[in-house]
Amino acid sequence: MSVHFRFGRRLRAPVFAAAALAAACVAPLLLGGCERQPEAVKFIQDGKPEHLSDWHVLHSDGRHLELGTGVVPYDLNTPLFSDYAHKLRTIWMPAGQAAAYADRATFDFPVGTVISKTFYYPKGQGGQVVASKADSSHEIEAGRLDLARYRLVETRLLVRRESGWVALPYVWNADQTEAELARTGDVVPMDIAAANGAASHFAYVVPNENQCASCHMLDVKSRKLAPIGPKARHLNRDFRYVSADGEHDENQLAHLIRVGYLTGVPGAQAGPNATLTQAELDALPRNADWSDPKAPLDARARAYLDVNCSHCHSPTGPANTTALNLEPFLAPDAHLGLCKPPVAAGKGTGDRLFDIVPGAPDESIMLYRLASTEGGVMMPELGRTTVHREGLALIRAWVAAMSGGCVAAHP
Amino acid sequence: MNLLCSKTTGRHIGPFALLTLTLAACGLLAACGKNDQPGNGAGDRAVDTQLLKTIQQKLLDAKPGDVVEIPAGVHHFDRGLSLRADGVTIRGAGKDKTIVSFRGQVAGPEGLIVYGSNFTIEGLTIEDTKGDALKINNGENIVVRDVRVRWTGGPSTGNGAYGIYPVKTRNVLVEDSEAWGASDAGIYVGQSENVVVRRCHAEQNVAGIEIENTVHADVYENTATANTGGILVFNMPNLSQKGWGTRVYKNQSVANNQANFGARGTAVASVPAGSGIVINSNSKVEIYDNDVADNQTANVIVSSYYSTGYATTTGVEPGYDPYPKAILVVDNRFKGGGDTPDGLDLKTLKTVMFGLSGHFPDVLWDGYADPKSAGVADDRICVKGASGVLNADGPDKYKSPKIETQLHDCTLPRLPAVELPSAAATKTASAT
Repeated sequence: MSVHFRFGRRLRAPVFAAAALAAACVAPLLLGGCERQPEAVKFIQDGKPEHLSDWHVLHSDGRHLELGTGVVPYDLNTPLFSDYAHKLRTIWMPAGQAAAYADRATFDFPVGTVISKTFYYPKGQGGQVVASKADSSHEIEAGRLDLARYRLVETRLLVRRESGWVALPYVWNADQTEAELARTGDVVPMDIAAANGAASHFAYVVPNENQCASCHMLDVKSRKLAPIGPKARHLNRDFRYVSADGEHDENQLAHLIRVGYLTGVPGAQAGPNATLTQAELDALPRNADWSDPKAPLDARARAYLDVNCSHCHSPTGPANTTALNLEPFLAPDAHLGLCKPPVAAGKGTGDRLFDIVPGAPDESIMLYRLASTEGGVMMPELGRTTVHREGLALIRAWVAAMSGGCVAAHP
Repeated sequence: MNLLCSKTTGRHIGPFALLTLTLAACGLLAACGKNDQPGNGAGDRAVDTQLLKTIQQKLLDAKPGDVVEIPAGVHHFDRGLSLRADGVTIRGAGKDKTIVSFRGQVAGPEGLIVYGSNFTIEGLTIEDTKGDALKINNGENIVVRDVRVRWTGGPSTGNGAYGIYPVKTRNVLVEDSEAWGASDAGIYVGQSENVVVRRCHAEQNVAGIEIENTVHADVYENTATANTGGILVFNMPNLSQKGWGTRVYKNQSVANNQANFGARGTAVASVPAGSGIVINSNSKVEIYDNDVADNQTANVIVSSYYSTGYATTTGVEPGYDPYPKAILVVDNRFKGGGDTPDGLDLKTLKTVMFGLSGHFPDVLWDGYADPKSAGVADDRICVKGASGVLNADGPDKYKSPKIETQLHDCTLPRLPAVELPSAAATKTASAT
C-alpha cells in the first residue's frame, strides 16, 4: 500500500468541467456522459439538503462520477488513513472569492466555500472491495471516476456558512446515482480483500455530524469546525490538472492562486499569471509524503502523526486533556510522547508505561493503540475499524530508530 | 503509587531494561494483582437503531434550553451518542428505569461524549461502553445527577476506563450517581475547577472516585467500597493545570480490596488493592470526618509521584511538583485495615514490622518530602486521630521504615467550601 495519488502526477481531473466533458466526448463510448449540461455549484446557505446532488459539486449517473463547474480537486502530501478508502477531495468557492493563506492553520475560507471528500474503493470479486494501492491514473480519468470499477461509499461536505463550517455526511445508494444525507451516520458492512488475497469483514462507519466534529473541531473552546486538509503544509505539492489545453503538472498552491482561490501567499501575486518559483514554494511549509522512502524517516513519521492525530492532539484540540501534542513543528519532547506517562488511556496502555519509549516500539503505548481496532483502545478513536499496516510499520520504524530510552528519575 | 511495580532505582528504562521491569517482582506498595476476567462479549439483543437515530438527531439539533428525553426501558445502542451544544439537558425516566446498553458497540468509544456548558444529565443508566461511559470535555456548569454507569460483567481490564468523566470543566456537580466496574476510575474529575461530588456510590472500580489535577473539589457523603482504591486525589505531570484544594469528608470508604485490574501504565494501576483514601503528589488536601475501614493495605496512603514508577528524567515537565504537601488527615473514624497489604514486599514489610497477625497503622506515607519544604509549617502532612503513620522510607529504597511519632502532629489552615453558582446547585443540600 503506497500513498494515494502520489505526487498527483496521474490524477486527471478538470479545472473546469466543461473542458473535461469536451475531453471525455472524444471517446465515443463515453458519449453518454455528455448529455448532461454542467450546472453551477450551488451554495445552500442554510438547512440540511437531503441529497448530495442538491449541491452540484459532484454528479453521478451511476456509471461515472464527475466534478461540477469550477470544482478543483486536490491532494495532500500525506493523507489521513480511513480503512484503505481512496479519496477524491475537491474545493469550490463562489466567483470572486478566495481563501486567505495561513502558514500553519487551515486557510481562512470565505462564506460559500464547499469542500468535498468522497470515499471510494476499487471493486473486487463477489461484492468485495480491495485494499489496494491508490493509483489514481486508473481511477480518475479525464475528470471522471468509472463506477464500473469503483464503489462509492460516502461523500462528506464541509460547507462554510455565515455561522461557520457545517459538516454534512452523505451515503451513496446502491445504484451509485445519489448520496443521501446521513446526519446520524451509518454503518456499512464490507468485505475487503488485502494485497495477499485474504478477505476480511469490517464495519465501515460513516460518522454522524458530531463525530465529524470530533476531528474537525480544532478548537475545543470555540467548538467551531474547520477543514483539516487545506493547510499549506498538506497542499504544497504537485498535482496533474486537466484543462482544455490538456494535462499539466502544477503545484497545488500555485494553482489555487492562479485560479483565484487563494491569496496572501508570501511572494505570490494573485491572478491568472501568478507564479511561484520553486525556491518560493520550497520556502513554504511542506509535509513529507509518508510513503516516500527517499524522505527522512522523522519527517515521514511526523507528517503521518500530523494528519492522523494532530487535529485532536494539539494545544487547542479535544485531546489537549492528554498532554500529547502531535503537531509537526513542535520540539521532540514529552509532549510528543517521549517517556510521557499516559493520562487517560485506561486499557489503551496495553500494559505499557509510556506513550513512546525511544528505541522500543513494543514498549510504546502509541504503537499498541495504532495496532488496535478495539474501541477504547484504538487511535485514532474514529475513522477506522481496520489497522493501517503500512502506517503502523512507519511509526514502528521511527520509534525503533530513536535512541535514549527512558531514564528513571529520583529526587 | 506503584511504589512500585517497577523498581526503577538507578536503572535505565530502555528497550531491554523495560522488559526486565515488566517481569520484576513488585516493590513496596506495589499492586501487581490482576483480575483479568473475560470481556462481556457482544450482546445478542437487538439494537434499537431507530431510537438511537432519533436521539442522536435531537442531540444534533439541540438548542440551549432543550431537554432531550430518553424513555424508560432497556435500549441497546451500537454507536456512541454525542452532543456539541450549550444549555442542553439529557433526561431519562430514572436510573432504574432508563437503561442504555452499549454492549457490542462498534463506534464510540464513549457512550456519550459532551462538549458544552450548562449541561445537565439525569435519570439514566449507561452500561457496557467500549470506552468511557460519560465524558464531558470542556464546559462550565455541569450537573450529573441520578446517573448510573456500569460494566455488567464485573471488574475486567477490558472494561471502559472512566465511568463519569468531566474533564477540563468548571463548576461541576456530580450527585446521587453510581459507578460500577470502571477499569480506571468510576467517577473521575480531571483538570477541572470548582467541583462537588456527593452522595455517590462507587463499587468494583479500580479507583472509586478520583480527583485529578483539579482545583477546589469537595467530595462528601459518598460511599466507595470494593474498589481497588476508594477515593483518590492525584496530580499527574505535563497537564494543563496542577491540582490542589480538595476536601474529602463524611464519606464511607470501606473494604476497597478489589484486586487491581487496571492496565499497567495507568496511574491507578499503581494503587495497591486495599487502599481507602490515596493522595498522590497533590497539595492542600483535607481528609476528615470519614468512616474509613477494612482497607487491607492501608486506610489512608500519602505518596509521591516517585512512588508510581513513572517518573523519568525526560517524561515529566520541569515545573511538576511530585510531592504531596499540606495534607490534613484529621478526625476520621478508622476501623480495621492494613492487615493484608497488596504485593509481596508490602506483605513482607507488614510481617517484619507488625507480625503475622499485626497490621499497618491507618496512614501509610512513602516518605518522600520536598527538601524545599523543610521547615515550612504549611507544607506538612498533619495527621490526628489515626492509629499512626508508617514512613515507608521510599527515598532510601525502603530500608528503614518507621512509625512516625512527632512529625505529623500538627494542623493546617483550613480550606473554604466549594461554592457552585446557582445553576449547578439547584438541589444543594447543606454543603458543610
